[in-house]
Amino acid sequence: MAPILQLQGITKRFPGVLANDHIDLSLEEGEIHALLGENGAGKTTLMNVLYGLYQPDEGEIQVRGRRVEVRSPSDAIAAGIGMVHQHFMLIPVFTVAENVMLGQEVLRQGVFLDRREAEKRVAEISTRFQLSADPSAYVRDLPVGVQQRVEIIKLLYRQADILILDEPTAVLTPQESDELFKIMRSLASQGKSIIFITHKLREVMDVADRITVIRQGRVVGTTTPNQADRAKLAQMMVGRDVLLEVEKPEEKAGDPVLQVEHLMVASDRRQVAVDDVSFEVRAGEILGVAGVQGNGQTELVEAITGMRASRGGKIHLLGRDITRASPRKITEMGSAHVPEDRQRDGLVLSFTVADNLVLSTYYLPPFARGPELQRGAILASANERISEFDIRTPGPLTTAGSLSGGNQQKVIVAREFSRPIHLLVASQPTRGLDVGSIEYIHARIVQKRQEGCAVLLVSPELDEILELSDRIAVMYRGQIVGMLDADEATKKEVGLLMAGITPEPGAKPRKKRKVEVTL
Amino acid sequence: MDSKPKPQRRKAGKILLEELTGGPPEISRGRRLRRVLLVPILAVVTGLLLGGLFIILTSEEVYAAFGRGLFDGLGTSLLVAGRAYAALFTGSIGDPVRIVTALQSGDALAIRRAFNPILESLVASTPYIFGGLGVALGFQSGLFNIGAEGQIFVGAIAAAFAGYSLTGLPAIIHLPLALLAGALGGAAWGFIPGWLKAKTGGHEVINTIMMNYIAFRLSDWLLSGPMKRPDSFNPVSPTILPTAELPRFFEQPIRFHLGFFVALGVAWLVYWFLYRTTWGFDLRSVGSNPSAARYAGMSTVRSTVLAMSLSGALAGLAGTNEVLGVNHNLAMAFSSGYGFDSIALALLGKSHPVGVVLAALLFGTLRNGATRMQVAAGIPIDIISILQAMILAFIAAPAIIRTIYRLREPDKGEQIFTGTWGGG
Repeated sequence: MAPILQLQGITKRFPGVLANDHIDLSLEEGEIHALLGENGAGKTTLMNVLYGLYQPDEGEIQVRGRRVEVRSPSDAIAAGIGMVHQHFMLIPVFTVAENVMLGQEVLRQGVFLDRREAEKRVAEISTRFQLSADPSAYVRDLPVGVQQRVEIIKLLYRQADILILDEPTAVLTPQESDELFKIMRSLASQGKSIIFITHKLREVMDVADRITVIRQGRVVGTTTPNQADRAKLAQMMVGRDVLLEVEKPEEKAGDPVLQVEHLMVASDRRQVAVDDVSFEVRAGEILGVAGVQGNGQTELVEAITGMRASRGGKIHLLGRDITRASPRKITEMGSAHVPEDRQRDGLVLSFTVADNLVLSTYYLPPFARGPELQRGAILASANERISEFDIRTPGPLTTAGSLSGGNQQKVIVAREFSRPIHLLVASQPTRGLDVGSIEYIHARIVQKRQEGCAVLLVSPELDEILELSDRIAVMYRGQIVGMLDADEATKKEVGLLMAGITPEPGAKPRKKRKVEVTL
Repeated sequence: MDSKPKPQRRKAGKILLEELTGGPPEISRGRRLRRVLLVPILAVVTGLLLGGLFIILTSEEVYAAFGRGLFDGLGTSLLVAGRAYAALFTGSIGDPVRIVTALQSGDALAIRRAFNPILESLVASTPYIFGGLGVALGFQSGLFNIGAEGQIFVGAIAAAFAGYSLTGLPAIIHLPLALLAGALGGAAWGFIPGWLKAKTGGHEVINTIMMNYIAFRLSDWLLSGPMKRPDSFNPVSPTILPTAELPRFFEQPIRFHLGFFVALGVAWLVYWFLYRTTWGFDLRSVGSNPSAARYAGMSTVRSTVLAMSLSGALAGLAGTNEVLGVNHNLAMAFSSGYGFDSIALALLGKSHPVGVVLAALLFGTLRNGATRMQVAAGIPIDIISILQAMILAFIAAPAIIRTIYRLREPDKGEQIFTGTWGGG
């Protein structure tokens, strides 16, 4: 039987870049086919070609053995191809059923929307594929995982047989990801075919039937989870051997560096974001803060680094009170901060790499003499950093905005790690990065720990937390609901805590409190 | 990859070019320069072409000629447009024939008169340089200073007052004092909206517009009362003392004065400030990405107040220049919208001091030539305004030019300040 989808020799060129180089890919009916590759390998370009957003320069697409021209997303939908994007295309104030029928409304007498009929159809699809979504619920009230299911229902409603999922687990908790994998298997068992785009090896091993690895626009090979292991896949992705586990020598924790006592912080919406949090981080120790995004981690980090005023409690750095200190003061005391959102907080994208490398030290010698910047010294130091941290840039005078995400992150790491520091606050340091860059940044963080630096690592990636931390604090709704020793913690245990399920019997999920804030 | 440290000092010109073109260094210098200049040049050319159409459409001569026949009409159209642009050229640059004969005759007066159009263009460009630098400095700091016009007025008031009220000082002291007074006046007018923005978040666009109205009425009131020339019925201030005048290089009627060179010097200072000092680094960081600036420990409050004050000081110097260099007194409505044109030319110059000077020269030249066009070719001044407006529209909206000439999209770095408009 012919494969349901066949891509032959797909080639797509952009000015100066060969994004896809004669890519062949075949998808069997009822198969989950993982497309694995680093960021910038060409996965998304290929899928955009398939979905009609780009026209290929060469090659052809066959659906069920027949050649099709896909010139727009509506051509793709007509050919039975549907795509769930990383960013959902849903209208929050519409119900699930309304979102699903949008563009293909069910009508009564030709003009009136037939909500009841639409809800019935959505419910049918939802039960048949175990998608469990309430058709009459408003999308804005649904958790992210359920919103994603609504996107899938949308495709099924349009009779898509080929589903493309673009990095679907990026926004999910571990439990939600497991849910999704169940749904994917259920879809596949009923004849739907799925292309699953990811750069996470573990997921590929868990869920895929076949795996195609792309590197630099070319297919490196196709394999199955039985034939390959994670190390092999990583090697195919990066083109060299990758250390998946960080080598972490025994912990030798010293004196407390960062002490947080009864800290209260309000969110932008004046709600309690950090609720009576206390902990300490000692020299030579990595404290991992786990939690689903939006449970107060952002505000906690901002309070510690001086970017957000706290509403109560105390923060001490090396025994000195920094509760009300400015970001510059805290930086000068030997604190480094890898911010959560590198493009918003970490870099000035229109500035050169050299200028970004001195963003927090430009006013100090040797980079400034009096008020005058010393361009020579800035440039010389930039060249050193670039080679030391292997930042892939055409030169120090290239703007930071033109670098890839991984290299932008390396600029931040190079800047923050090359000062003498006692505390490192790393917030999602590997967000959106590929395996090679993750390996590199993890190794650097562990190296800082070995040098006696106290490290506060905040990440929603459970694997990252478990791999690097010496102790793990789990945040849920602004509170630390568990403090575990990393040697004894299991993924399941931490995952449950992240969902707010504490082991003690009778513990109730906490409600968000309004806080009276006077400005 | 090149990774050896190279702490050598680079040539000023090379640095300037790099800052101006701001592209990745692996692209050749010529290509980068062409990329930067292509759109403004095409915008000017397109504006002139379309302007020519307006000149033709509004000329009675052309309609009369079309009445006589198609070819006659087309010929006259070209003639009318050509005559208008010839007048624009001789009015702003000079008449080549006249320059050559004057040089051959060796008559000093004739030579000066022959070169007067281009000198007059420089005179007209000078307030644009100051004003454009002021607005550009605001842009670089993420602030949209609409208040340049008001700051020009307050600067002019302060300079005029210092110019006629301080007596008995030698020029070497009086002139710098008067310049300083003008800069301080403008700075005060910029400081207020800057401080309001930093402390309360009140948007600088609204507050600078309001400050404009206050400045206009303040100047009206002062000129009808406290600063009115005692022996005059007109609302004009007393004439400033000769010691406060920006000296002229030639005798009447050539008005070319020191202000032009002061403006170039100030442009260099602004460049040095923005790109070579820690203060400028602060300002540009806050302007490009306030979150990252805060993260890096910079104070947005300080930077906002400083930027608005400096922006106001530069605009104030534009007014000062007109009082001390051209008019020698303060009159009502002495500024014909320099402050507002400055916004456009700061955009045209991509908020870079070098770009601003070039844009100011273009504006001054056009404005000076336009006067001549009106006199010599009988083109209504309104048409000239339309011409300027069209050139500006094309420049301010490069997407139009790119679409017309099917140019490729620019790099991301080119749209530095558009992201900060209206943002907070």
